[in-house]
Amino acid sequence: MDHGEKRLMDKNQESLFVRLIPFFERYGILLLILIMIAVLHLLQPDVFLSWRNVTNIFKQVSWQSMLALGVFMVIVTAGIDLSVGSIIMLSLMGLAIASKAGMPWYVVMLIAPAIGFLCGMFNGIGITLLRMPHPFIMTLGTLYIFRGIGNLISGGVPITGFAEQIRVIGNGKIKLDVFFGEGAREYIPTSLILMIVIFFIFWVFLNHTRIGKWIYAIGGNPGAARAAGINVDRILIVVYTLCGFLAGIGGLILAGRTNSAYPNAGLQSELDAIAAVIIGGASFFGGRGTVLGVFAGVMIMGILRNGLNLMNVSVFWQQVLIGSIIILAVYIDVLRRQLATRT
Amino acid sequence: MSDNLVLEAKSVSKFFGTITALQNVDLHLNKGEVLGVVGDNGAGKSTLMKVLSGLYKPSEGSLFFDQEKVTLNSPRDSQNLGLEMVYQDLALAGNLPIGDNIFLGREPTRKVGPFNFLDHKKRKQLTEEHLAKLKINVKSADQKVEELSGGQRQAVAIARATAFNAKIVLMDEPTAALAVKEVGKVLDLILNLKKLGVSVIVISHRMDDIFTVCDRVMALFQGTNFAESELKNTSRDEVIGWIMGKKD
Repeated sequence: MDHGEKRLMDKNQESLFVRLIPFFERYGILLLILIMIAVLHLLQPDVFLSWRNVTNIFKQVSWQSMLALGVFMVIVTAGIDLSVGSIIMLSLMGLAIASKAGMPWYVVMLIAPAIGFLCGMFNGIGITLLRMPHPFIMTLGTLYIFRGIGNLISGGVPITGFAEQIRVIGNGKIKLDVFFGEGAREYIPTSLILMIVIFFIFWVFLNHTRIGKWIYAIGGNPGAARAAGINVDRILIVVYTLCGFLAGIGGLILAGRTNSAYPNAGLQSELDAIAAVIIGGASFFGGRGTVLGVFAGVMIMGILRNGLNLMNVSVFWQQVLIGSIIILAVYIDVLRRQLATRT
Repeated sequence: MSDNLVLEAKSVSKFFGTITALQNVDLHLNKGEVLGVVGDNGAGKSTLMKVLSGLYKPSEGSLFFDQEKVTLNSPRDSQNLGLEMVYQDLALAGNLPIGDNIFLGREPTRKVGPFNFLDHKKRKQLTEEHLAKLKINVKSADQKVEELSGGQRQAVAIARATAFNAKIVLMDEPTAALAVKEVGKVLDLILNLKKLGVSVIVISHRMDDIFTVCDRVMALFQGTNFAESELKNTSRDEVIGWIMGKKD
């Protein structure tokens, strides 16, 4: 066998494998979710796929998904936002104080996203104008600052009891009497609808607008973006502001769900958000990842936690499992990069 | 001949503090002409290109586009006058497809109500047309740039520079990072631009490049005009001599 023939054969052998890579890259994560659902259904046939449990999963992930979506955009620019867990707490406290002060519900409702917006903008301005060496440092700083301010304005104690209009967002039910007959117990959580609408809006934003394209370009090569006349700093400020804004919306949903603002709200949830984004296939090096992937990442975290809880697996084992999945997901990304650069 | 003049620099000097990077340098470029600029490291080639593209303001001297005196405050200004620069580090985003890179920052959009959305169809169509016009062969306009070879990337960078009817293209070492077999393709592309009436300035260390594509060659030495000739009236040895500061 001469050299040329041998090379041809090698190529044929790897071609099936290589051809499967893009398929797994795109749909592998959805496959993983289906497998998880199937396994949990087999293990818990009466409970896992019950209406109550499924809606419960969605209600749990709805506020976390807002953080993940915001952090995702930041990670696409090859940045990081560690402060979202504190933003959610500060916006929740702001909302609670406004509520306690007797402001009308529509003002109270706007306060959480507005605080998130301002916090995010503060991050963005700090990262770009103060020329911080890395967003990690700025947002590590604001992680402490925002939670500190939250505790200062609330005195470090929980505040409970919000208007019905606020509660509806995180806890509302859209009855399905039309489909299931009068008085049926089946319903769709309002927060699920809100989550789907927001994910759709940001999918359009990232895939069908110029700024969305520029966000990916900045993650791919900030120098190229600059050479193309894109104001990179301004886009980064937009990205961090939107990230904060989404955390504020997360605060609003959490307010409705728990009917209270508490000092530990959102504690370490920035890490869950980063985990969901990474599991969802976004690259930590920037420029890579999809909104659908984030949704999948959030769902995997939610389903995993829910399933393990149903089976009475200890929280400690849950931590071990989630950590392992993060490492595995990133290792797959590393392997994929190696294959891509080999050709 | 002078009707064809598209770009001219007259006694341009550039000082950085006490360092003189350029001293009374003249340059002219005709329509559809390929001018080679040679010189040793530090001879002022790149500084001259940056002055022409508006990245640096000349300390002295003036620039003329289409025989009209202009002041460039940024690369945007020179782009608006039809001058594009192909950067040595290519300035492409590897994670984006070819078409997205070519139109980065100038994406075609369509209006839906009050919003402007990307026109994916139009971008794809314009990309394919433009690549065909330049005879650039790639599998698909949707291929990501990171999947391309060095020569193909250089071709995309040149396609990007010429997508908006550039009249003048500046190239800084367009073949420096390429495999030998890819150099020819990029040189063909430069000759193709010339056929389309585009004027090109090529900075290169490679005599093969200069003697394949250029009509004229000028040498800088220590920030000054050193020598200049129509290509047909000179030889490789002579040009190499100019680079080292030797003239018979």
